[in-house]
Amino acid sequence: MTRARRSRPANGLVSAGRRALTRPGGVIGLVLLGSMVALAVAGPMISPGNPLAIKYPPMLAPSRHHLFGTDNLGRDEFRAVAHGLRTSLRIVVGTTVLSALLGTVFGVLAGYYGGGLVDRAFLRFSEILQTIPRIFLVILAITLFGSGERNLIVVLAITSWVFLARVTRSEALSVRNRGYVEAAKASGSGDARVIARHVAPNVMPVAIVVIALNASGVILVEAGLAYLGLASSTHVTLGSLLNTAQVFLSQAWWMSVFPGAAIAITVLGINLIGDAFGDAFRLSGTSAKWRHGTANPGTPASS
Amino acid sequence: MGTRYALRRLIGLIPTLFGVVTLTFLLSSIVPRDISSDLAGNDATPERVAAIRHDLGLDKPLAEQYVDYMDRLFHGDLGDSITQGLPVRTVIEGRIGPTMLLTASALALSTLLGLALGTLSARRSPGVIDGAVRVGSLVGVAVPGFWLGQLAVLWLVVHMHLFPVQGYQDIRHSWSGTKHLADVARHLMLPAMVLAVSEIAVLSRITRGGLLRELGSEYARTARAKGAAEADVVERHAMRNTMLPIVTVIGTRIGFLLAGSVVIENVFAWPGIGSVLSQAALGKDTPMVVGIVLVVTTAVLVSHVVLDIVYCYVDPRVRND
Repeated sequence: MTRARRSRPANGLVSAGRRALTRPGGVIGLVLLGSMVALAVAGPMISPGNPLAIKYPPMLAPSRHHLFGTDNLGRDEFRAVAHGLRTSLRIVVGTTVLSALLGTVFGVLAGYYGGGLVDRAFLRFSEILQTIPRIFLVILAITLFGSGERNLIVVLAITSWVFLARVTRSEALSVRNRGYVEAAKASGSGDARVIARHVAPNVMPVAIVVIALNASGVILVEAGLAYLGLASSTHVTLGSLLNTAQVFLSQAWWMSVFPGAAIAITVLGINLIGDAFGDAFRLSGTSAKWRHGTANPGTPASS
Repeated sequence: MGTRYALRRLIGLIPTLFGVVTLTFLLSSIVPRDISSDLAGNDATPERVAAIRHDLGLDKPLAEQYVDYMDRLFHGDLGDSITQGLPVRTVIEGRIGPTMLLTASALALSTLLGLALGTLSARRSPGVIDGAVRVGSLVGVAVPGFWLGQLAVLWLVVHMHLFPVQGYQDIRHSWSGTKHLADVARHLMLPAMVLAVSEIAVLSRITRGGLLRELGSEYARTARAKGAAEADVVERHAMRNTMLPIVTVIGTRIGFLLAGSVVIENVFAWPGIGSVLSQAALGKDTPMVVGIVLVVTTAVLVSHVVLDIVYCYVDPRVRND
């Protein structure tokens, strides 16, 4: 039992989290992401009103009255960026929660009870799903099922939970056979207790890093879709602002620079936080490695 | 040995491809919207819609449709595009060239620069150059490609007139021979560079990390103790071990580059399959979208396997896995 208690319990996660967020990278990440969240929350209060309302002269360069200028129709760009950030963050939070739940729950169960028919079927299915490059799969799903905000969240979650499930699965699989798990089982702990106390805390570090990576990926994909005009949201989005900006590039640089910077800063912030967690947990490999799958999360059940 | 491995890998492709095709078929068949009413137009009679349904075989049982679909695919028939009225295959064949040119250029560019920057960064670590490369790679991954494209247009095209704004070739002149090639190359440069940026960022990070680990290893220390110059240690020892994982990610990178090209082609009006895809998706042109997804996925899968086979010749240990 003493061994079982020492198996990196949940307070190890808290201290690692604290370590992650006090590293230089983590701090910068928090500041960047925090500033974008603040802009999304406070922006509409600073500059209230409908972002789609046309009430200013068009194409005004940034000034004291219009921090980010106005667009081709005379809409305040600052207000538009703040609302666009709201949409992006809403979509990324929805997608992340959904895919994190699906991915970790499925991954942990598949890994813990690994080797069965369901597990093998999942491996095959995830392999097939992962061979289709993501944006193509997303565009296919949008073409078939439509691209309202709710649909978009579901489609993005479905295309991002698989990788997370594979990573958590192989992590759970490797924990399953360790001494302390066997000791806990031998001393009478049920499966639910073993999973909650021993497997889940061990899976969390990797899961957190992959979830952060997924989140920044979702922002980029969502922005790309909106830029292509494929995200038929009734709300302003950063991608759709850039779509409009394309036509007026030579006349109004501010229509492109501010919404794009908002996307880049948000993604950079999330990536930095994810990397800081990776470092704090001493995972071998940064997000760059995960992104290209060199960390090899899909090792077969036999390994 | 190598041939057997290659054969096994190629045969292993079949079930995966089969799975991808089945998945796209099932997705398209559970869709609530009816493709035949799209084809028939807005004010079509129910009889007309039913006739189109019959023509497309959509009134048959699902299993039968599946067999038909497989049969057509096997004969290279991807169906007809709804919006363009042409066979999907014809459209893709006309557009795949520019996409291949764009992604191949970006692949070459990102491999060269990614390796170079990663090596430079590792050798000057820690230091100002190393710091700059690391920050650059963080930013490079975070910046959306289409925005970078817009900034590049804003700066390099509108202000400095360095590159042509858009397109594949100069539409005012119809060059031929070497002049045509030079013209296409001039149009290619900017989109290829923009597409390559995020991959340069990722690859330089992987290279830097791998090289630093190898340079700190025992064999590197031995080589230094024997009097090898640092450049030799990098080139003759560490780099070779670093290269192996880099070769394996090329397949994944092709997938990422193809994905990136969907957006980049739209920024630069590059006439590849990416711009067809977004137009098709806007027009709810299901056969076109499915066709492109299948072609792209097959390309990615095949390149994965080809690279694995190459890798197996580079590192014979793989064969026994």
